[in-house]
Amino acid sequence: MEMTQIPFQISVGPLLYYWPRQRTMDFYAAVAESPADIVYIGETVCSRRHELRADDWLELARDLRAVGKTVVLSGRTLIETGAEASALKKLCEQQDFMVEAGELGAVRHLSGRGFVAGPHVNAYHGGTLTWLANRGAVRFVAPLEMDGPTLEQLLRERPAGMQAEVMVWGRMALAFSARCFTARHFRLKKDDCGFRCIEHPDGLDMRTRESREFLGINGIQVQSAACLDLLAEAPELAGMGVDVLRVSPQSAGTLEAIAALDATRRGVKPDAVSPPAGIGRCNGYYYGHAGIGLQEAAA
Amino acid sequence: MQTRTSPIDLVAPAGSLAALKAAIEAGADTVYLGLKNATNARNFAGLNFTEADIRAGVELAHRHNRHVLFAINTFVQAGRMAEWQAAVDAAHDLGADAVIMADPGLLAYASDRYPDLRLHLSVQGSATHTDAIELMKEQFGIRRVVLPRVLTLTEIARICANVSVEVEVFGFGSLCVMAEGRCLLSSYATGDSPNNKGVCSPAHAVRWVEEDGRMDARLSGILIDRYEPGEPAAYPTLCKGRFEVDGQADHALEEPTSLNAIGLLPKLAEMGVSAIKIEGRQRSPAYVTQVVSTLRAALDSVHADASRFSPRPEWNAMLARHAEGSQVTQGAFERPWK
Repeated sequence: MEMTQIPFQISVGPLLYYWPRQRTMDFYAAVAESPADIVYIGETVCSRRHELRADDWLELARDLRAVGKTVVLSGRTLIETGAEASALKKLCEQQDFMVEAGELGAVRHLSGRGFVAGPHVNAYHGGTLTWLANRGAVRFVAPLEMDGPTLEQLLRERPAGMQAEVMVWGRMALAFSARCFTARHFRLKKDDCGFRCIEHPDGLDMRTRESREFLGINGIQVQSAACLDLLAEAPELAGMGVDVLRVSPQSAGTLEAIAALDATRRGVKPDAVSPPAGIGRCNGYYYGHAGIGLQEAAA
Repeated sequence: MQTRTSPIDLVAPAGSLAALKAAIEAGADTVYLGLKNATNARNFAGLNFTEADIRAGVELAHRHNRHVLFAINTFVQAGRMAEWQAAVDAAHDLGADAVIMADPGLLAYASDRYPDLRLHLSVQGSATHTDAIELMKEQFGIRRVVLPRVLTLTEIARICANVSVEVEVFGFGSLCVMAEGRCLLSSYATGDSPNNKGVCSPAHAVRWVEEDGRMDARLSGILIDRYEPGEPAAYPTLCKGRFEVDGQADHALEEPTSLNAIGLLPKLAEMGVSAIKIEGRQRSPAYVTQVVSTLRAALDSVHADASRFSPRPEWNAMLARHAEGSQVTQGAFERPWK
């Protein structure tokens, strides 16, 4: 049987965890060798994290570009302090790389030049997509909670020329707070947190009192404990007109997920991909259920 | 920074015509309400207004020189723009003094279609700093922003000093510990969220299961909290449940508490905050009466002489009666976890 090729691009979302510098550099060295086309980088969760500083991320961006990757710098999702607002403005003012807007302030700074509207900008319908495109957005990332038929409708409503990106693998960021939940767990103050999140490369598991896998804590973020897995749905998504499929970095499985997507687009049957040990899978949102649900794709 | 000369607006929730009347009688300057559908963030069964109720409510409010705001603050779902447009059309036609919205595409529709309609950016719009707020002003002409409950007083003061729109903050009610408008916890557990359905931890997904005197509160089967015999049980709002982290069972995200900013009213007035909002369109007319009259008294006292203001014990006692778990906090305003 002849396998047909399916054209879509593969992106790597921003690293949401606080990994030691060397681990981060090793990860991106591996990404550089991978078939991923687009790499989003930058610290989007906590302004206190400093294993890589803004200049380090820029240097990494140049390195990734040098090996042929399209690099996008991701802005923070929740801006609270004046220092965070200033850092965001600076990020948006650099002209070397495209920026992914995590919230509306970035949209203001980026208006008039090409940018990516991130998954937490809340582009739920064509009216908002048109507005974002008029501000300069060249691509949007669909809201994580959107089901398949609604996504298909959203794609029909998008303005001509605007690309669509959908997250297909990794733990999903579900909520953002002023409070740091990692610091809270360790009974530490947010401003004197000891950077304990560096000890948890996939976040801290938050289980129900029946020990059922439920959520994950990653600093000010609450995540799904289960790893989103829409790898098997990649052909369907591409068929709908999704241009870019996003893999969000985890401590293990990320490169395998990228490889699986690459195999799929080359028309080769992909190998199964496992989330990091002890982490389950979910894809309920896509099938119109609770996000935590899991439905295997129709063969 | 503008020095504020006009009094702070007291903005009260109205989940029903009875609550609206209660709010007006208790001294609210403004009430906010929603239509009976998914276009607002309190889309609960038995709640909200029919068209006839709205006509009566708006007429009553305007007769007393009060304002009525329409909350149309969920996100338009693809393929269903007509429902949200109809809600904006209805708000305009029924005499709304302002519409509270979050969705940029819908704000675009409202500002194009009704250039004279006053627009407020909902807390669900998640504008947490000056650049985000000013963008909404530049693009859609919003006249007021409702600030997220994640901001501290310092951050609110900076916003008040730098934005060209009015600022409204929450003064009392249930506390969202997450940035509003971008919290998917509820849909992760149940499929329905504030953004897509106008609900959080919806009642249809709640099951109370009693076993050996112990009470389990479940949301779509997921254990949110477990109460020992005699332990007071709270509604299983997802972020306020008890969970295990590293084998340690605790309120991992937030205790069931309510926001009470009554002691901060003089500071908020000094910063130039234009309006204080009371949360709770899902609450009873009795709640509205008691919370509104308490905050009315407090605000009157601030307006009379802010320098001599001190919250009366009976005010705090009254508000504590209406707080979740009888606990109140000044929330992010004072940033106790700093």
